[in-house]
Amino acid sequence: MGLAPTPVIPARDLPARAGLTAARARRPEGPNYVAAVLFLLPATVLLAVFLLYPALYTVLLSFNRGRNGVFTEWVGLDNYVRLFSDPDFLNLTFPPSGALWNNVLWIVFYTSIVIFLGLIIAVVAARVRYESIIKAIVFIPMAIAATALAVIWKFVYSPDANIGLLNAILGAVGVSPISWLGDERIVNFALIAVGIWGSVGFATVILSAAVKSIPAEIIESARVEGAKERQIFFRIILPMVSLPMSVLAVTLIVNVIKLFDLIYVMTAGGPGKASRVIAFTMYQQAMQAGQFGYGSAVAVVMLVVLIPIMVFNVRRFRTKSVT
Amino acid sequence: MSVLAESLAGSRPRTPAGRAVAALNHAVIHIVLGLIGLIWLVPTIGLLVTSFRPRSDIQATGWWDIFELHFTLDNYRQVLEAQGMLQAFMNTVFIAVPSTLLPLGIGALAAYAFSWIRFPFRDTLFLIVTAFLLVPVQVAFIPLLTMSRDLLPDLQLTRGFGAIWLAHTAFALPFGIFLLRNFFITLPPDMIEAARIDGASDFRLFRTIVVPVSVPAIAAYGIFQFLWVWNDLLMALVFVQDSSKVPMTRAIQNLLSQYGTEWHLLAAGAFLLMIVPLLVFFSLQRYFVQGLLAGSIK
Repeated sequence: MGLAPTPVIPARDLPARAGLTAARARRPEGPNYVAAVLFLLPATVLLAVFLLYPALYTVLLSFNRGRNGVFTEWVGLDNYVRLFSDPDFLNLTFPPSGALWNNVLWIVFYTSIVIFLGLIIAVVAARVRYESIIKAIVFIPMAIAATALAVIWKFVYSPDANIGLLNAILGAVGVSPISWLGDERIVNFALIAVGIWGSVGFATVILSAAVKSIPAEIIESARVEGAKERQIFFRIILPMVSLPMSVLAVTLIVNVIKLFDLIYVMTAGGPGKASRVIAFTMYQQAMQAGQFGYGSAVAVVMLVVLIPIMVFNVRRFRTKSVT
Repeated sequence: MSVLAESLAGSRPRTPAGRAVAALNHAVIHIVLGLIGLIWLVPTIGLLVTSFRPRSDIQATGWWDIFELHFTLDNYRQVLEAQGMLQAFMNTVFIAVPSTLLPLGIGALAAYAFSWIRFPFRDTLFLIVTAFLLVPVQVAFIPLLTMSRDLLPDLQLTRGFGAIWLAHTAFALPFGIFLLRNFFITLPPDMIEAARIDGASDFRLFRTIVVPVSVPAIAAYGIFQFLWVWNDLLMALVFVQDSSKVPMTRAIQNLLSQYGTEWHLLAAGAFLLMIVPLLVFFSLQRYFVQGLLAGSIK
């Protein structure tokens, strides 16, 4: 769904030699500073000026009033205090709501259902001859912009039974139309369903590769020992795909934290503020309301939430290099 | 069919009852997969059909009503000409091409240095680049806009495409460097060493050996990055401030906020946005899937 979809490159594609220390032992010659500088200069300048400097600037600005995007008045933790006392950002009274809470809903439902459906399709499709066609059909939404996905589903969800397929189906069985995107109790789940629709193909492709890398002899010998299909699934397939599955889960969680386009186009955070997510709040506060210090605080919250995943990734790449 | 698929399908049942059960199981599988295929195809097909239906028909009957089939290209004509989608299409191309080539070239150079040039703290620097992978673009909005307004006012970066090219390039680089370096490092060291002994400079080595043999990886990354930029709305919202330079994603968002339920325009617009990614998907499926899977780190 145009989601930035942790390299979930199947392990066999990442050669063991991709190690950080590979090929070091074979180099007799000394360091080549001139070449290193020339090759790294463009990337270093771009990363320093357009990524590192802005990130540090934003962190500092989050402790400032930030009027006009520049440092005007230091306010300490004021922006953060306001942010976490804003019920539109996080409201933990029952039932909980707010942008951050909606991200939690997304993480719980979107991540688990995408992985569940992806695994089911990967395992079941492997039993039929048209496997590649099913996988391609389910994968297509990954190619499409979230903006187009939003249009497709606004259409399906339309309250007008002549336009919206879902309400037409409900009408055919005598149920009155449901305002999928206009009811604040439903809207988040309707959006999550679109997210799931957009990402299942990605999960299917990854998990299908993982399932196929399980040696057939293992499954065959289990069957000879009299294992039932269900036991084979839960005792062999599931444990053996648990690593790609955890990497997939991390990727999907990152998707959720960065989720913006789909929400912006489908509901603009509405009805009211019911379907806002953290990236939407950042855009709305900083770009529309001109609250630069406050908006920076939201961006910093996004960064902080992503840091454990960064550490996880760096550790993972490091371990891989040792093997 | 893979070995596993066959083994999953189980051994041939010997009794008639066993065969009946197996056939039933298979029927269930076909039904489930058929349903999945429908759920994943129908919404898109619905919009495609709608994009060719006259406005009056769309409002009178559902697209699934096969007795009301009149097709027209008017919606496309109207959205391309009157709604400026042709200009928006060109803008998307103007944004996407440099935003793909720049990180590809600059990333490949850096990836080469991280794979085949010796210098101090190389691995540490590479891990820092890896850490940059997840930095959200949101941290760049305010500083980059402030920078282009206060420090570089003459360049008018946000009036043209400069700001969005630079922002896309910088935020694409960590992944490009990561992916390409992990590919470059798998090239046989003997090949590189032999060329070095023959007196080839690093630049020559990069240009005549490393890049040509790495075309699959470079293509996968290029396709991923191209589609990423093509499909992006958020960066375009922030960094393109001249309304005549907005890409298709923003033009469609504008259609939606102006006309709301003019489905004939929205459907045609959405398909114009989807056509290039779909062509890439169907023609370059292998690279596309590789790129996307690898790209999942961002």
